[in-house]
Amino acid sequence: MSVSGTLRLKRGDFELEAELELPERGVTALFGRSGSGKTTLLRCLAGLERGEGWLSVNGCRWQHGRHFLPVHRRPLGYVFQEASLFPHLRVRDNLRYGYRRVAAGQRRVDFDETVHLLGVEALLDRHPHALSGGQRQRVAIARALLASPRLLLMDEPMASLDAASKAEILPYLERLHTHLEIPVVYVSHALEEVARLADYLVLLEAGRVLAAGPLHELLVRSDLPLSHADNAAAVLEARVLECDAVQQVIALECGAGRLWLSHPPAPTGTPLRVSVKARDVVISLTPPQDSSVLNCLPARISEIADDPHPGHLLVRLTIGDQTLISRITREAAKRLALVVGQPVYAQLRGAALS
Amino acid sequence: MLGLTSSDWEALRLTLRLALISTGLLLVLCLPLAWWLAHTQRRIKVVIEALVALPLVLPPTVIGFYLLILLGPRGVVGGTLERLGVGHLAFTFTGLVIGSMIYSLPFVVQPLQNAFQAMGRRPLEVAATLRAGPFDRLLSVVLPLSRQGLLTAAVLSFAHTLGEFGVLLMIGGGIPGQTQVASIAIYSHVEALDYASAHRLSLFLMLVAFTLLTCIYALNRRFKVVGVMP
Repeated sequence: MSVSGTLRLKRGDFELEAELELPERGVTALFGRSGSGKTTLLRCLAGLERGEGWLSVNGCRWQHGRHFLPVHRRPLGYVFQEASLFPHLRVRDNLRYGYRRVAAGQRRVDFDETVHLLGVEALLDRHPHALSGGQRQRVAIARALLASPRLLLMDEPMASLDAASKAEILPYLERLHTHLEIPVVYVSHALEEVARLADYLVLLEAGRVLAAGPLHELLVRSDLPLSHADNAAAVLEARVLECDAVQQVIALECGAGRLWLSHPPAPTGTPLRVSVKARDVVISLTPPQDSSVLNCLPARISEIADDPHPGHLLVRLTIGDQTLISRITREAAKRLALVVGQPVYAQLRGAALS
Repeated sequence: MLGLTSSDWEALRLTLRLALISTGLLLVLCLPLAWWLAHTQRRIKVVIEALVALPLVLPPTVIGFYLLILLGPRGVVGGTLERLGVGHLAFTFTGLVIGSMIYSLPFVVQPLQNAFQAMGRRPLEVAATLRAGPFDRLLSVVLPLSRQGLLTAAVLSFAHTLGEFGVLLMIGGGIPGQTQVASIAIYSHVEALDYASAHRLSLFLMLVAFTLLTCIYALNRRFKVVGVMP
Protein backbone atom coordinates (compact mmCIF):
# COMPACT_ATOMS: atom_id res chain seq x y z
CA MET A 1 0.00 0.00 0.00
CA SER A 2 1.51 3.28 -1.05
CA VAL A 3 -0.63 5.64 1.01
CA SER A 4 -1.56 4.62 4.50
CA GLY A 5 -2.26 6.42 7.70
CA THR A 6 -4.63 7.42 10.43
CA LEU A 7 -5.58 11.06 10.68
CA ARG A 8 -7.63 12.90 13.24
CA LEU A 9 -8.67 16.54 13.26
CA LYS A 10 -11.12 18.50 15.37
CA ARG A 11 -12.60 21.76 14.08
CA GLY A 12 -15.38 23.09 16.28
CA ASP A 13 -18.24 20.60 16.06
CA PHE A 14 -16.67 18.64 13.26
CA GLU A 15 -14.41 15.73 13.96
CA LEU A 16 -12.47 13.84 11.34
CA GLU A 17 -11.15 10.43 12.14
CA ALA A 18 -10.02 8.46 9.14
CA GLU A 19 -7.97 5.37 8.61
CA LEU A 20 -6.65 4.99 5.11
CA GLU A 21 -5.03 2.28 3.02
CA LEU A 22 -4.95 3.32 -0.60
CA PRO A 23 -3.70 1.31 -3.56
CA GLU A 24 -0.42 2.07 -5.26
CA ARG A 25 -1.87 2.99 -8.61
CA GLY A 26 -5.10 4.30 -9.97
CA VAL A 27 -7.66 6.80 -8.81
CA THR A 28 -9.10 6.68 -5.32
CA ALA A 29 -12.24 8.72 -4.86
CA LEU A 30 -13.06 10.25 -1.50
CA PHE A 31 -16.79 10.27 -1.78
CA GLY A 32 -19.46 11.69 0.50
CA ARG A 33 -21.91 14.53 0.79
CA SER A 34 -20.76 18.03 1.60
CA GLY A 35 -19.65 18.30 5.19
CA SER A 36 -18.53 14.69 5.35
CA GLY A 37 -14.89 15.73 5.62
CA LYS A 38 -13.60 14.85 2.14
CA THR A 39 -11.78 18.11 1.57
CA THR A 40 -10.50 18.24 5.14
CA LEU A 41 -9.07 14.76 4.78
CA LEU A 42 -7.43 15.71 1.48
CA ARG A 43 -5.93 18.82 3.10
CA CYS A 44 -4.61 16.67 5.93
CA LEU A 45 -2.95 14.37 3.38
CA ALA A 46 -1.30 17.41 1.77
CA GLY A 47 -0.26 18.89 5.09
CA LEU A 48 -2.35 22.02 4.51
CA GLU A 49 -4.13 21.11 7.75
CA ARG A 50 -2.28 19.62 10.62
CA GLY A 51 -4.20 16.76 12.10
CA GLU A 52 -2.96 14.20 14.58
CA GLY A 53 -1.89 10.70 13.75
CA TRP A 54 0.44 9.33 11.13
CA LEU A 55 0.74 9.23 7.39
CA SER A 56 3.12 7.37 5.16
CA VAL A 57 3.40 7.70 1.38
CA ASN A 58 5.55 5.36 -0.72
CA GLY A 59 7.36 4.28 2.41
CA CYS A 60 8.18 7.88 3.43
CA ARG A 61 6.87 9.15 6.71
CA TRP A 62 5.06 12.40 6.01
CA GLN A 63 3.68 12.59 9.50
CA HIS A 64 4.34 10.62 12.62
CA GLY A 65 4.00 11.79 16.19
CA ARG A 66 5.67 15.19 16.34
CA HIS A 67 7.29 14.77 12.96
CA PHE A 68 5.38 16.75 10.36
CA LEU A 69 6.77 17.23 6.88
CA PRO A 70 5.82 20.74 5.71
CA VAL A 71 3.72 20.96 2.56
CA HIS A 72 6.53 22.26 0.35
CA ARG A 73 8.70 19.26 1.19
CA ARG A 74 6.03 16.72 0.26
CA PRO A 75 6.34 15.49 -3.33
CA LEU A 76 2.68 15.96 -4.12
CA GLY A 77 0.48 17.71 -6.62
CA TYR A 78 -2.68 19.46 -5.49
CA VAL A 79 -5.49 20.66 -7.70
CA PHE A 80 -7.86 22.99 -5.91
CA GLN A 81 -11.54 23.38 -6.58
CA GLU A 82 -10.96 26.77 -8.15
CA ALA A 83 -7.98 26.70 -10.49
CA SER A 84 -6.15 29.27 -8.33
CA LEU A 85 -3.63 30.21 -10.98
CA PHE A 86 -1.20 32.95 -10.00
CA PRO A 87 -2.74 36.07 -11.53
CA HIS A 88 0.60 37.84 -11.88
CA LEU A 89 2.12 35.10 -14.01
CA ARG A 90 1.42 34.02 -17.56
CA VAL A 91 0.31 30.44 -18.13
CA ARG A 92 3.87 29.42 -19.01
CA ASP A 93 5.25 30.79 -15.75
CA ASN A 94 2.39 29.29 -13.78
CA LEU A 95 3.35 25.93 -15.27
CA ARG A 96 7.04 26.48 -14.62
CA TYR A 97 6.47 27.57 -11.02
CA GLY A 98 6.55 24.08 -9.56
CA TYR A 99 8.60 22.59 -12.41
CA ARG A 100 11.69 24.70 -11.77
CA ARG A 101 11.49 24.15 -8.03
CA VAL A 102 12.15 20.44 -8.53
CA ALA A 103 15.81 19.57 -9.02
CA ALA A 104 16.48 18.58 -12.64
CA GLY A 105 17.62 15.10 -11.59
CA GLN A 106 14.37 14.47 -9.76
CA ARG A 107 12.00 15.55 -12.49
CA ARG A 108 9.88 12.69 -13.68
CA VAL A 109 7.75 14.49 -16.22
CA ASP A 110 8.57 16.23 -19.46
CA PHE A 111 7.40 19.82 -19.81
CA ASP A 112 6.25 19.62 -23.43
CA GLU A 113 4.67 16.22 -22.99
CA THR A 114 2.59 17.37 -20.03
CA VAL A 115 1.56 20.56 -21.80
CA HIS A 116 0.44 18.38 -24.69
CA LEU A 117 -1.34 15.85 -22.45
CA LEU A 118 -3.54 18.60 -21.02
CA GLY A 119 -3.87 20.42 -24.34
CA VAL A 120 -2.64 23.79 -23.13
CA GLU A 121 0.05 24.47 -25.78
CA ALA A 122 -1.92 27.32 -27.30
CA LEU A 123 -2.44 29.02 -23.96
CA LEU A 124 1.18 29.36 -22.83
CA ASP A 125 1.53 33.08 -23.46
CA ARG A 126 -1.86 34.06 -22.12
CA HIS A 127 -2.69 35.57 -18.77
CA PRO A 128 -4.89 33.52 -16.44
CA HIS A 129 -7.73 36.05 -16.52
CA ALA A 130 -8.00 35.56 -20.29
CA LEU A 131 -8.81 31.85 -19.95
CA SER A 132 -12.14 30.05 -19.62
CA GLY A 133 -12.92 28.06 -16.47
CA GLY A 134 -12.14 24.75 -18.15
CA GLN A 135 -8.86 26.04 -19.58
CA ARG A 136 -7.77 27.38 -16.21
CA GLN A 137 -8.45 24.05 -14.54
CA ARG A 138 -6.45 22.24 -17.23
CA VAL A 139 -3.54 24.59 -16.65
CA ALA A 140 -3.85 23.99 -12.91
CA ILE A 141 -3.74 20.22 -13.43
CA ALA A 142 -0.72 20.51 -15.73
CA ARG A 143 0.97 22.79 -13.19
CA ALA A 144 0.45 20.21 -10.44
CA LEU A 145 1.78 17.37 -12.63
CA LEU A 146 4.87 19.36 -13.62
CA ALA A 147 6.00 19.37 -10.00
CA SER A 148 6.71 15.63 -10.48
CA PRO A 149 4.35 14.50 -7.74
CA ARG A 150 4.43 11.04 -6.16
CA LEU A 151 0.82 11.54 -5.13
CA LEU A 152 -1.76 13.65 -6.92
CA LEU A 153 -4.54 15.16 -4.83
CA MET A 154 -7.56 16.65 -6.55
CA ASP A 155 -10.29 18.52 -4.70
CA GLU A 156 -13.42 18.43 -6.86
CA PRO A 157 -11.61 19.94 -9.82
CA MET A 158 -14.84 20.09 -11.78
CA ALA A 159 -17.19 21.37 -9.09
CA SER A 160 -16.90 25.02 -10.06
CA LEU A 161 -17.25 24.37 -13.80
CA ASP A 162 -20.35 24.52 -15.95
CA ALA A 163 -21.54 21.43 -17.83
CA ALA A 164 -19.70 22.35 -21.04
CA SER A 165 -16.38 22.87 -19.26
CA LYS A 166 -16.88 19.61 -17.38
CA ALA A 167 -17.41 17.76 -20.62
CA GLU A 168 -14.29 19.45 -21.95
CA ILE A 169 -12.11 18.42 -19.03
CA LEU A 170 -13.34 14.87 -18.37
CA PRO A 171 -11.50 13.29 -21.32
CA TYR A 172 -8.26 14.84 -20.04
CA LEU A 173 -8.85 13.40 -16.58
CA GLU A 174 -9.51 10.00 -18.13
CA ARG A 175 -6.30 10.30 -20.11
CA LEU A 176 -4.47 11.01 -16.88
CA HIS A 177 -5.98 7.91 -15.42
CA THR A 178 -4.32 5.74 -18.03
CA HIS A 179 -1.05 7.73 -18.22
CA LEU A 180 -0.16 8.32 -14.61
CA GLU A 181 1.73 5.79 -12.62
CA ILE A 182 1.14 7.50 -9.31
CA PRO A 183 -1.80 7.24 -6.96
CA VAL A 184 -4.45 9.89 -7.39
CA VAL A 185 -6.85 10.88 -4.63
CA TYR A 186 -9.92 12.55 -6.05
CA VAL A 187 -12.55 14.25 -3.93
CA SER A 188 -16.04 14.25 -5.35
CA HIS A 189 -19.68 14.26 -4.43
CA ALA A 190 -20.89 13.40 -7.92
CA LEU A 191 -21.57 9.71 -8.41
CA GLU A 192 -21.35 9.84 -12.22
CA GLU A 193 -17.92 11.43 -12.01
CA VAL A 194 -16.71 8.80 -9.56
CA ALA A 195 -18.14 5.95 -11.65
CA ARG A 196 -16.20 7.26 -14.64
CA LEU A 197 -12.88 8.02 -13.02
CA ALA A 198 -12.28 6.05 -9.85
CA ASP A 199 -10.91 2.56 -9.29
CA TYR A 200 -11.07 2.59 -5.55
CA LEU A 201 -13.58 4.27 -3.32
CA VAL A 202 -13.45 5.65 0.20
CA LEU A 203 -16.90 6.48 1.46
CA LEU A 204 -16.98 9.22 4.08
CA GLU A 205 -19.80 10.15 6.39
CA ALA A 206 -19.59 12.73 9.18
CA GLY A 207 -15.82 12.60 9.28
CA ARG A 208 -15.55 8.82 9.38
CA VAL A 209 -14.80 6.17 6.80
CA LEU A 210 -18.03 4.30 6.20
CA ALA A 211 -16.49 1.83 3.76
CA ALA A 212 -13.48 1.51 1.48
CA GLY A 213 -12.81 -0.86 -1.39
CA PRO A 214 -12.72 -1.33 -5.13
CA LEU A 215 -15.26 0.85 -6.92
CA HIS A 216 -17.23 -1.94 -8.59
CA GLU A 217 -17.73 -3.70 -5.26
CA LEU A 218 -18.82 -0.67 -3.26
CA LEU A 219 -21.20 0.65 -5.90
CA VAL A 220 -23.38 -2.45 -5.70
CA ARG A 221 -23.35 -3.09 -1.95
CA SER A 222 -26.91 -2.92 -0.72
CA ASP A 223 -25.82 -1.97 2.81
CA LEU A 224 -24.27 1.27 1.56
CA PRO A 225 -26.15 4.38 0.48
CA LEU A 226 -24.52 4.39 -2.98
CA SER A 227 -26.71 1.61 -4.34
CA HIS A 228 -29.86 3.36 -3.16
CA ALA A 229 -29.16 6.76 -4.66
CA ASP A 230 -31.50 7.83 -7.44
CA ASN A 231 -28.63 7.65 -9.93
CA ALA A 232 -27.12 4.48 -8.43
CA ALA A 233 -25.07 2.60 -10.99
CA ALA A 234 -22.79 -0.37 -11.40
CA VAL A 235 -19.76 -0.53 -13.63
CA LEU A 236 -18.77 -3.33 -15.97
CA GLU A 237 -15.26 -3.76 -17.28
CA ALA A 238 -15.39 -4.55 -20.98
CA ARG A 239 -13.20 -4.84 -24.07
CA VAL A 240 -13.83 -3.69 -27.60
CA LEU A 241 -14.68 -6.62 -29.87
CA GLU A 242 -15.60 -4.98 -33.15
CA CYS A 243 -16.73 -1.67 -34.57
CA ASP A 244 -19.20 -0.46 -37.13
CA ALA A 245 -17.76 2.77 -38.42
CA VAL A 246 -20.80 3.60 -40.52
CA GLN A 247 -23.35 3.32 -37.75
CA GLN A 248 -20.89 4.51 -35.12
CA VAL A 249 -21.58 1.47 -32.98
CA ILE A 250 -19.14 -0.76 -31.14
CA ALA A 251 -19.51 -4.24 -29.72
CA LEU A 252 -18.03 -4.98 -26.32
CA GLU A 253 -17.19 -8.21 -24.56
CA CYS A 254 -17.96 -8.10 -20.87
CA GLY A 255 -17.40 -11.58 -19.51
CA ALA A 256 -20.85 -13.08 -19.91
CA GLY A 257 -22.00 -11.54 -23.13
CA ARG A 258 -21.84 -8.91 -25.73
CA LEU A 259 -22.94 -5.28 -25.49
CA TRP A 260 -23.68 -2.86 -28.30
CA LEU A 261 -23.12 0.80 -27.72
CA SER A 262 -23.18 3.97 -29.74
CA HIS A 263 -19.60 5.07 -29.78
CA PRO A 264 -17.02 6.17 -32.31
CA PRO A 265 -14.81 3.26 -33.44
CA ALA A 266 -12.05 2.16 -31.08
CA PRO A 267 -9.26 -0.38 -31.62
CA THR A 268 -10.16 -3.97 -30.85
CA GLY A 269 -9.13 -5.01 -27.37
CA THR A 270 -9.31 -1.49 -25.87
CA PRO A 271 -10.49 -1.80 -22.28
CA LEU A 272 -13.55 0.33 -21.59
CA ARG A 273 -15.67 0.90 -18.55
CA VAL A 274 -19.43 0.79 -18.94
CA SER A 275 -21.65 2.25 -16.26
CA VAL A 276 -25.20 1.00 -16.00
CA LYS A 277 -27.75 2.75 -13.80
CA ALA A 278 -29.89 0.59 -11.51
CA ARG A 279 -33.06 2.15 -12.89
CA ASP A 280 -32.05 1.16 -16.44
CA VAL A 281 -31.76 -2.58 -15.75
CA VAL A 282 -34.92 -4.53 -16.57
CA ILE A 283 -35.27 -8.13 -15.41
CA SER A 284 -37.05 -10.73 -17.49
CA LEU A 285 -37.38 -14.47 -17.03
CA THR A 286 -36.99 -15.38 -20.69
CA PRO A 287 -34.71 -13.82 -23.30
CA PRO A 288 -36.84 -11.07 -24.86
CA GLN A 289 -37.52 -11.69 -28.56
CA ASP A 290 -39.56 -8.64 -29.40
CA SER A 291 -37.98 -5.79 -27.50
CA SER A 292 -36.23 -2.70 -28.81
CA VAL A 293 -33.66 -3.07 -26.07
CA LEU A 294 -30.57 -4.38 -27.78
CA ASN A 295 -28.45 -5.37 -24.83
CA CYS A 296 -29.47 -8.38 -22.84
CA LEU A 297 -27.19 -10.44 -20.63
CA PRO A 298 -27.81 -13.75 -18.89
CA ALA A 299 -27.57 -13.24 -15.16
CA ARG A 300 -28.22 -14.82 -11.80
CA ILE A 301 -29.89 -13.11 -8.86
CA SER A 302 -27.41 -12.93 -6.00
CA GLU A 303 -29.35 -10.74 -3.59
CA ILE A 304 -32.73 -9.11 -3.16
CA ALA A 305 -32.58 -6.21 -0.70
CA ASP A 306 -34.97 -3.56 0.62
CA ASP A 307 -34.74 -0.08 -0.78
CA PRO A 308 -35.45 3.05 1.27
CA HIS A 309 -38.44 3.59 -1.04
CA PRO A 310 -41.20 1.34 0.38
CA GLY A 311 -42.36 0.22 -3.07
CA HIS A 312 -38.92 -0.64 -4.44
CA LEU A 313 -36.45 -3.50 -4.16
CA LEU A 314 -32.80 -3.61 -5.08
CA VAL A 315 -31.77 -6.74 -6.96
CA ARG A 316 -28.15 -7.69 -7.36
CA LEU A 317 -27.35 -9.61 -10.50
CA THR A 318 -24.22 -11.62 -11.14
CA ILE A 319 -23.07 -11.59 -14.74
CA GLY A 320 -20.01 -13.79 -15.18
CA ASP A 321 -17.67 -12.38 -12.56
CA GLN A 322 -19.23 -8.94 -12.62
CA THR A 323 -22.21 -7.43 -10.85
CA LEU A 324 -25.11 -5.21 -11.85
CA ILE A 325 -27.86 -3.75 -9.72
CA SER A 326 -31.44 -3.32 -10.73
CA ARG A 327 -34.13 -1.32 -9.01
CA ILE A 328 -37.56 -2.80 -9.53
CA THR A 329 -40.93 -2.50 -7.80
CA ARG A 330 -42.00 -4.97 -5.14
CA GLU A 331 -45.04 -5.70 -7.25
CA ALA A 332 -42.92 -6.76 -10.20
CA ALA A 333 -40.74 -8.98 -8.02
CA LYS A 334 -43.87 -10.65 -6.68
CA ARG A 335 -45.36 -11.26 -10.13
CA LEU A 336 -42.13 -12.74 -11.46
CA ALA A 337 -41.61 -14.65 -8.16
CA LEU A 338 -37.95 -13.67 -8.08
CA VAL A 339 -35.73 -15.54 -5.65
CA VAL A 340 -32.04 -15.53 -4.90
CA GLY A 341 -30.10 -17.91 -7.13
CA GLN A 342 -32.61 -17.71 -9.95
CA PRO A 343 -31.25 -17.38 -13.52
CA VAL A 344 -32.77 -14.38 -15.29
CA TYR A 345 -32.04 -12.00 -18.17
CA ALA A 346 -30.88 -8.45 -17.56
CA GLN A 347 -31.98 -6.02 -20.23
CA LEU A 348 -29.97 -2.81 -20.24
CA ARG A 349 -32.12 0.10 -21.34
CA GLY A 350 -29.17 2.37 -21.23
CA ALA A 351 -25.49 1.99 -20.72
CA ALA A 352 -22.93 4.73 -20.77
CA LEU A 353 -19.35 4.34 -21.64
CA SER A 354 -16.89 5.85 -19.28
CA MET B 1 20.23 77.99 -6.32
CA LEU B 2 16.51 78.77 -6.62
CA GLY B 3 17.14 81.38 -3.96
CA LEU B 4 17.43 78.68 -1.28
CA THR B 5 20.16 79.07 1.31
CA SER B 6 22.58 76.29 2.14
CA SER B 7 20.76 75.66 5.41
CA ASP B 8 17.54 75.30 3.41
CA TRP B 9 19.21 72.68 1.23
CA GLU B 10 20.53 70.99 4.33
CA ALA B 11 17.01 70.84 5.74
CA LEU B 12 15.69 69.39 2.47
CA ARG B 13 18.43 66.77 2.37
CA LEU B 14 17.65 65.81 5.93
CA THR B 15 13.93 65.56 5.14
CA LEU B 16 14.59 63.32 2.17
CA ARG B 17 16.92 61.08 4.13
CA LEU B 18 14.46 60.82 6.98
CA ALA B 19 11.58 59.98 4.64
CA LEU B 20 13.57 57.32 2.80
CA ILE B 21 14.95 55.64 5.90
CA SER B 22 11.74 55.60 7.89
CA THR B 23 9.70 54.41 4.87
CA GLY B 24 12.16 51.61 4.18
CA LEU B 25 12.25 50.46 7.77
CA LEU B 26 8.49 50.72 8.12
CA LEU B 27 7.86 48.57 5.06
CA VAL B 28 10.12 45.82 6.36
CA LEU B 29 8.81 45.89 9.91
CA CYS B 30 5.15 46.23 8.98
CA LEU B 31 5.10 43.24 6.62
CA PRO B 32 4.89 40.66 9.41
CA LEU B 33 2.63 42.84 11.54
CA ALA B 34 0.17 43.46 8.69
CA TRP B 35 0.29 39.76 7.76
CA TRP B 36 -0.52 38.78 11.30
CA LEU B 37 -3.37 41.31 11.49
CA ALA B 38 -4.77 40.10 8.17
CA HIS B 39 -4.89 36.46 9.22
CA THR B 40 -5.17 36.16 12.98
CA GLN B 41 -8.38 35.08 14.66
CA ARG B 42 -7.28 36.22 18.11
CA ARG B 43 -9.27 38.77 20.04
CA ILE B 44 -6.21 40.84 20.86
CA LYS B 45 -6.18 41.83 17.19
CA VAL B 46 -8.62 44.71 17.83
CA VAL B 47 -6.35 46.14 20.52
CA ILE B 48 -3.35 46.04 18.21
CA GLU B 49 -5.38 47.56 15.39
CA ALA B 50 -6.45 50.40 17.71
CA LEU B 51 -2.85 50.98 18.78
CA VAL B 52 -1.70 51.09 15.16
CA ALA B 53 -4.41 53.61 14.29
CA LEU B 54 -3.70 55.82 17.31
CA PRO B 55 -1.30 58.20 15.49
CA LEU B 56 -4.19 59.05 13.14
CA VAL B 57 -6.19 60.70 15.90
CA LEU B 58 -3.61 61.91 18.43
CA PRO B 59 -2.13 65.39 18.05
CA PRO B 60 1.45 64.94 16.82
CA THR B 61 2.63 66.92 19.85
CA VAL B 62 1.28 64.20 22.14
CA ILE B 63 3.27 61.53 20.35
CA GLY B 64 6.32 63.77 20.22
CA PHE B 65 6.00 64.60 23.91
CA TYR B 66 5.85 61.00 25.07
CA LEU B 67 8.64 60.01 22.73
CA LEU B 68 10.77 62.81 24.10
CA ILE B 69 10.18 61.53 27.62
CA LEU B 70 10.77 57.92 26.62
CA LEU B 71 13.87 58.47 24.51
CA GLY B 72 15.38 61.29 26.58
CA PRO B 73 18.22 60.78 29.09
CA ARG B 74 15.77 60.08 31.94
CA GLY B 75 13.37 57.94 29.94
CA VAL B 76 13.20 54.16 30.03
CA VAL B 77 14.69 53.72 26.58
CA GLY B 78 17.03 56.74 26.57
CA GLY B 79 18.27 56.05 30.10
CA THR B 80 19.04 52.42 29.31
CA LEU B 81 20.92 53.41 26.17
CA GLU B 82 22.78 56.02 28.19
CA ARG B 83 23.92 53.38 30.69
CA LEU B 84 25.02 51.15 27.82
CA GLY B 85 27.20 54.02 26.63
CA VAL B 86 25.23 54.58 23.39
CA GLY B 87 23.67 57.85 24.42
CA HIS B 88 20.02 58.87 24.60
CA LEU B 89 17.97 59.62 21.47
CA ALA B 90 16.33 62.99 22.16
CA PHE B 91 17.35 65.65 19.60
CA THR B 92 19.09 63.08 17.40
CA PHE B 93 18.43 61.85 13.87
CA THR B 94 17.70 58.33 15.18
CA GLY B 95 15.06 59.88 17.41
CA LEU B 96 13.54 61.56 14.37
CA VAL B 97 13.42 58.24 12.51
CA ILE B 98 11.68 56.54 15.42
CA GLY B 99 9.22 59.41 15.76
CA SER B 100 8.32 59.56 12.10
CA MET B 101 7.99 55.76 11.94
CA ILE B 102 5.47 55.75 14.74
CA TYR B 103 3.62 58.66 13.22
CA SER B 104 3.40 56.97 9.79
CA LEU B 105 2.69 53.46 11.12
CA PRO B 106 -1.03 53.36 10.22
CA PHE B 107 -0.32 54.59 6.70
CA VAL B 108 1.84 51.53 6.08
CA VAL B 109 0.05 48.84 8.06
CA GLN B 110 -3.43 49.49 6.75
CA PRO B 111 -2.78 49.28 2.99
CA LEU B 112 -0.64 46.19 3.52
CA GLN B 113 -3.25 44.55 5.73
CA ASN B 114 -5.94 45.24 3.12
CA ALA B 115 -3.75 43.82 0.36
CA PHE B 116 -3.05 40.65 2.35
CA GLN B 117 -6.69 40.22 3.24
CA ALA B 118 -7.71 40.57 -0.40
CA MET B 119 -5.09 38.02 -1.40
CA GLY B 120 -6.21 35.41 1.11
CA ARG B 121 -4.30 32.26 1.97
CA ARG B 122 -4.98 30.33 -1.22
CA PRO B 123 -2.06 31.63 -3.33
CA LEU B 124 0.31 30.63 -0.55
CA GLU B 125 -1.22 27.18 -0.23
CA VAL B 126 -0.87 26.72 -3.97
CA ALA B 127 2.76 27.85 -3.84
CA ALA B 128 3.49 25.47 -0.97
CA THR B 129 2.05 22.52 -2.89
CA LEU B 130 4.38 23.55 -5.73
CA ARG B 131 7.45 23.19 -3.49
CA ALA B 132 7.95 26.84 -2.54
CA GLY B 133 9.31 27.30 0.98
CA PRO B 134 8.25 30.17 3.25
CA PHE B 135 10.78 32.79 2.09
CA ASP B 136 10.33 31.73 -1.52
CA ARG B 137 6.56 32.22 -1.11
CA LEU B 138 7.12 35.71 0.26
CA LEU B 139 9.22 36.74 -2.72
CA SER B 140 7.41 34.93 -5.50
CA VAL B 141 3.81 35.26 -4.39
CA VAL B 142 3.14 37.65 -1.50
CA LEU B 143 5.16 40.63 -2.68
CA PRO B 144 4.11 40.54 -6.35
CA LEU B 145 0.46 40.01 -5.47
CA SER B 146 0.40 42.83 -2.94
CA ARG B 147 2.52 45.27 -4.92
CA GLN B 148 -0.29 47.81 -5.15
CA GLY B 149 -0.64 47.77 -1.40
CA LEU B 150 3.12 48.07 -1.03
CA LEU B 151 3.26 51.02 -3.38
CA THR B 152 0.39 52.76 -1.62
CA ALA B 153 2.05 52.17 1.75
CA ALA B 154 5.39 53.51 0.53
CA VAL B 155 3.90 56.63 -1.07
CA LEU B 156 1.73 57.45 1.91
CA SER B 157 4.54 56.94 4.39
CA PHE B 158 7.01 58.95 2.33
CA ALA B 159 4.62 61.82 1.71
CA HIS B 160 3.48 61.82 5.30
CA THR B 161 7.06 62.10 6.55
CA LEU B 162 7.73 65.00 4.17
CA GLY B 163 4.87 66.87 5.77
CA GLU B 164 5.59 65.95 9.36
CA PHE B 165 6.07 68.74 11.85
CA GLY B 166 4.85 68.38 15.40
CA VAL B 167 6.43 65.07 16.29
CA LEU B 168 9.75 66.07 14.76
CA LEU B 169 9.83 69.42 16.51
CA MET B 170 9.18 67.81 19.90
CA ILE B 171 11.62 64.92 19.58
CA GLY B 172 14.24 66.67 17.45
CA GLY B 173 14.12 70.25 18.67
CA GLY B 174 14.81 71.60 15.19
CA ILE B 175 18.59 71.88 15.46
CA PRO B 176 19.85 73.21 12.09
CA GLY B 177 21.91 70.61 10.25
CA GLN B 178 20.97 67.86 12.66
CA THR B 179 17.25 67.66 13.23
CA GLN B 180 15.87 70.66 11.38
CA VAL B 181 13.78 69.21 8.54
CA ALA B 182 12.20 71.35 5.82
CA SER B 183 8.87 71.83 7.58
CA ILE B 184 10.65 73.10 10.69
CA ALA B 185 12.94 75.31 8.63
CA ILE B 186 9.86 76.98 7.14
CA TYR B 187 8.50 77.52 10.63
CA SER B 188 11.79 79.13 11.70
CA HIS B 189 11.72 81.44 8.67
CA VAL B 190 8.21 82.56 9.57
CA GLU B 191 9.13 83.06 13.20
CA ALA B 192 12.03 85.27 12.06
CA LEU B 193 9.49 87.14 9.84
CA ASP B 194 11.54 86.11 6.78
CA TYR B 195 8.42 85.47 4.66
CA ALA B 196 10.32 85.43 1.37
CA SER B 197 12.51 82.47 2.44
CA ALA B 198 9.52 80.66 3.91
CA HIS B 199 7.73 81.18 0.63
CA ARG B 200 10.56 79.80 -1.51
CA LEU B 201 11.03 76.70 0.60
CA SER B 202 7.29 76.07 0.87
CA LEU B 203 6.75 76.38 -2.86
CA PHE B 204 9.70 74.10 -3.55
CA LEU B 205 8.40 71.47 -1.14
CA MET B 206 4.96 71.66 -2.69
CA LEU B 207 6.34 71.15 -6.19
CA VAL B 208 8.49 68.22 -5.11
CA ALA B 209 5.58 66.52 -3.37
CA PHE B 210 3.25 67.09 -6.30
CA THR B 211 5.74 65.81 -8.88
CA LEU B 212 6.50 62.76 -6.79
CA LEU B 213 2.87 61.82 -6.31
CA THR B 214 2.06 62.34 -9.99
CA CYS B 215 4.92 60.06 -11.03
CA ILE B 216 3.87 57.39 -8.63
CA TYR B 217 0.21 57.40 -9.57
CA ALA B 218 1.18 57.26 -13.22
CA LEU B 219 3.34 54.22 -12.47
CA ASN B 220 0.56 52.60 -10.55
CA ARG B 221 -1.84 53.11 -13.42
CA ARG B 222 0.52 51.40 -15.78
CA PHE B 223 1.45 48.42 -13.60
CA LYS B 224 -1.89 47.77 -12.02
CA VAL B 225 -2.40 44.07 -11.48
CA VAL B 226 -5.53 42.13 -10.84
CA GLY B 227 -5.85 41.66 -7.12
CA VAL B 228 -7.94 38.50 -7.08
CA MET B 229 -7.02 35.03 -8.27
CA PRO B 230 -8.88 33.81 -11.30
